[in-house]
Amino acid sequence: MPDLTCSLLGLTLHNPIVLASGILGTSAALLERVAQAGAGAVTAKSCGPAPRTGHPNPITIEWGHGLINAVGLTNPGAPVEAPLLAEARALLQPLGVPLIASIFGGTPREYGEVARTIATARPALIEVNISCPNVADEFGTPFAADAVAAAEVTAAVVANAGGIPVSVKLAPNVPDIVRIARAVGAASASALTAINTMPGMVIDPYAGRPVLSNRSGGLSGPAIKPIALRCVAQLAAEQDLPVIGTGGVLTGIDAAEMLMAGATAVGVGTAVWYRGPEALGQIVAELDEFMAAEGYTSLAELRGLALR
Amino acid sequence: MHRIYALREVREENARTRTLVCDGPLEARPGQFVMVWLPGVGEKPFSVAGDDPMALMVVGVGPVTHAINALKVGDRLWVRGPLGQGYELEGERLMLVAGGYGVAPLRFLAEQALRRGMCVEACVGARSAADLLLCSDLAALGVRLCLATEDGSAGERGLVTALLTRRLAAWKPDLVCACGPVPMLEAVERLCAQQGVACQLSWEAEMRCGQGVCGSCECRRPGWLACVDGPVTVG
Repeated sequence: MPDLTCSLLGLTLHNPIVLASGILGTSAALLERVAQAGAGAVTAKSCGPAPRTGHPNPITIEWGHGLINAVGLTNPGAPVEAPLLAEARALLQPLGVPLIASIFGGTPREYGEVARTIATARPALIEVNISCPNVADEFGTPFAADAVAAAEVTAAVVANAGGIPVSVKLAPNVPDIVRIARAVGAASASALTAINTMPGMVIDPYAGRPVLSNRSGGLSGPAIKPIALRCVAQLAAEQDLPVIGTGGVLTGIDAAEMLMAGATAVGVGTAVWYRGPEALGQIVAELDEFMAAEGYTSLAELRGLALR
Repeated sequence: MHRIYALREVREENARTRTLVCDGPLEARPGQFVMVWLPGVGEKPFSVAGDDPMALMVVGVGPVTHAINALKVGDRLWVRGPLGQGYELEGERLMLVAGGYGVAPLRFLAEQALRRGMCVEACVGARSAADLLLCSDLAALGVRLCLATEDGSAGERGLVTALLTRRLAAWKPDLVCACGPVPMLEAVERLCAQQGVACQLSWEAEMRCGQGVCGSCECRRPGWLACVDGPVTVG
């Protein structure tokens, strides 16, 4: 039997499969449901300084090789989110499944304020969403495109996180992802989550217009897996922070590939659309099966294998 | 991906309600829903009111539904689905319970039940006679109808649940399938539990992604998603 136990920043996860932010992480009960389905850790939906209803429908569509979404950072605001996260943490604790919070803001100062509020719920990790592609009108160019801005946001969050480790979620659409990673590392990030969705647009030719009400959105699913693998491989090869490798993982085999690219843990999101809320447990079982069949006994044997 | 239909027929059900009959089938079960997109207007969920050809019953309540109801024969609409869990027919005697616009999926369900040789009765309730929908369709199919209106303008005066209480005792159905406002569904659930009758209820919720990702439709109990776990509960 392979050992799927995963160490991440001193946390011990039952397995490396982590629910990605923005998927089913809107309530304590849904986070618990995904944990019960077999996730190693779960990430809540991103929360900002104030409530947001998000974009009007359509917010997502399957377009043949993945999803495109522009939900628009729907969230109740940090003061409401914090008790929800505390409730989630209490539900997850007996399951041994760590809770990851996710935050966003419009300025480094706002990021810091949200971090301070959310830290009161004592999540195991705070993920900093500097790369949501769907709110450009309100929040300007995502911080993920600029090493200096990304570092400023990271420093503001770390300073307000009350000692909780911080992971920064990086965008794939930058000239040099390692440069951004080193900058946030120098600003005391403890981990990286890579990648966020890839900006894109889906046009319905019969309607003669983009399908999403926001016009453009973030691509996820099978189409972006090779992009994610390349980013994760670069990050693993060229800097030292652990990476939660995320993007296009629908199966246990995909998860193995992500580990082979050098990921420490593996984020899963869009699989829930294709396979339902039970997807994470199925992926864990498939990873276990793959490792047993291929003679791997621990994650360490897979990790970074493709880089050697 | 969307499937594009053109409207083959538009039937006026009452002042703000239309049945839209499309130009092709949709392989769906009664109780399942679709997301309908009107480019430039928006996207909303509708329960499937017919499968071959696909039909929807649309009540004009907001900008999207008003725009859909303004469509004419030949106009197109964009459909994703079918989505969610529908009704699962069992037994020989089926009681349908509809409150107001909740009748939308029940004519489709009645058709399937009758095709299976089930005996079908319906308790239909609405505010007034003008709000009773699809009743002539149900009667034409051979469904025995019991009507209740809050103002007494058709059938008996009062709530449909009062009718149901009596019919449960007198007719003893094997299964109750209901669709309507939440207080009605909760009352139906209680009555069926008291009488030991199986019931399946269709719950309404805000739908955004419609496929179990965004969490917008969590309702009824913590962690339950109307779009993938429902909208119909079987129990």
